[in-house]
Amino acid sequence: MSARFDVVVVGAGPGGIAAAAVAAEAGKRVCLLDANPASGGQIWRGISAQNAKSYPHGAKFAAWKSRLDASGCEIWPGWQAVDLVALRRLRVESEAGSRDVEFEQLILATGARERFLPFPGWTMPGVMGVGGAQALVKSGLDPRGKRVIVAGTGPLLLAVAAGLASAGAKIEGIFEQAPLARLARFGMFTMFAQPGKVMEGTRYRLRTFAVPYHLNSWVRQAQGNGRVERVWVSIDGKESAIDCDWLACGFHLVPNLELPRLLGCNIRAGCVTVDDMQQSSVPGVACVGELTGIGGLEKALIEGEIAGWAAAGNPTRAMALNGQRRKQREFALQLDRTFDLRAGLRRLPMAPTVVCRCEDVTHNALAGCAGWREAKLHTRCGMGACQGRICGGATEFLYGWGPADSRPPVYPVRVSTLAAEIDAAGIASR
Amino acid sequence: MTKSDYHRCYTRDESAGMAAKLEETLAHVQVSLTVNGKEMQVAAGTSVAAAMMMASEPCRFSVEGEARASLCGMGICMECRVTVNGVPHRRSCQLICAAGMEVVSG
Repeated sequence: MSARFDVVVVGAGPGGIAAAAVAAEAGKRVCLLDANPASGGQIWRGISAQNAKSYPHGAKFAAWKSRLDASGCEIWPGWQAVDLVALRRLRVESEAGSRDVEFEQLILATGARERFLPFPGWTMPGVMGVGGAQALVKSGLDPRGKRVIVAGTGPLLLAVAAGLASAGAKIEGIFEQAPLARLARFGMFTMFAQPGKVMEGTRYRLRTFAVPYHLNSWVRQAQGNGRVERVWVSIDGKESAIDCDWLACGFHLVPNLELPRLLGCNIRAGCVTVDDMQQSSVPGVACVGELTGIGGLEKALIEGEIAGWAAAGNPTRAMALNGQRRKQREFALQLDRTFDLRAGLRRLPMAPTVVCRCEDVTHNALAGCAGWREAKLHTRCGMGACQGRICGGATEFLYGWGPADSRPPVYPVRVSTLAAEIDAAGIASR
Repeated sequence: MTKSDYHRCYTRDESAGMAAKLEETLAHVQVSLTVNGKEMQVAAGTSVAAAMMMASEPCRFSVEGEARASLCGMGICMECRVTVNGVPHRRSCQLICAAGMEVVSG
């Protein structure tokens, strides 16, 4: 089997699915890769064509999934992109081994991850991300009867609290660090620009109606014996303790920039810069969705479609979607402004609080470092298995460090993947 | 089902109906695996990370010996690494439970 495609799309979330489907429908040979065992990304995790009706974004998923399936696109689930081994040649790894895929055009749709901020106790079992809790529940974790605190910042808090409550969890409180004034402004903007999103938020709030939703509030500390049992929160300046089984805490999202950074794409203010056709500064490489700004499902779909049309050599169809794209990008800017982190959160970690979870590097050990380079040399911060994916978002906010550079392989891989001799058909022999 | 049914084609709706029925059946199928030597049962399709959390077992121990469990749930943080059937460093959130799987923390 040849592994040569016109278009390779990395990431099978909404942006990647839209891009792959549009390009394949237009006759291009397309390959859609994703590290996860199923397509759909995070927002569509756990949805299948059969159960789509019971999910808030299920109808859109069902429509795009059937388009994708009928488009003739090759779908490779369980393949992680790890390196660009030559010009237009990507090395990918799965449980089965490794191989190379060649492309004329590459569309990156690698999505986003949560930003985590360290606070005392955040490394205890039972403390997880907000999106993390949602992903685990969609992967079979039973939340029935669990007392859950949802905290941090971002639109995900309400959506996840509602989802967990529907699945049988007891939500003990939602704690959003953003102040009322900013949320009110965001609400007004969204009401006029995108009333559908206000409806969605209202539905989530109604489902968690009995749950206190605190603004100006954040987690100070998690305590417990071997796992989280109690959480101290600051509510509008006053501290109190709440017992819980799980703490879901995340501070909005940051794009997964490792691949675009490795490829040399221009990145500004934490996002890849793209033109009207979603093309990055590197010829033949387009970026869509959260990579170009955290904006959610609709933005990813529109940008994916645009990149798909551009890859298919149809700029007219791509340009026709520009108005919709502008609207979604404006929404993304409003999200950034609304859920910007307050400076006071820099005081969350105590001296012995672990910041880099992979290498157990404490806040105390990092406070004297001038930047990533020094931190890596002296403390091994960011040099563990996650390669700085988790502590990077924290150190950027806590210490103002710029991002560490991206080096191949962008994921921990087997030695055989690094050493593989790849034959002409792209099959690795070991 | 009569013998002739084996040879006929199904409409889209019919096959969707069958797929839905299959999925409903699968939801009740339990898979047996062991976590740190203890046997447990989970619904088919459950990730190993979810199983570890339901078993209240940590996934790994940090370099300082702290117990750690899933954080991001989406293959980024590496905190959920476990040993599966003797293979170390498997991201349990990216792995679906299979019958007879032997999962060990760390």
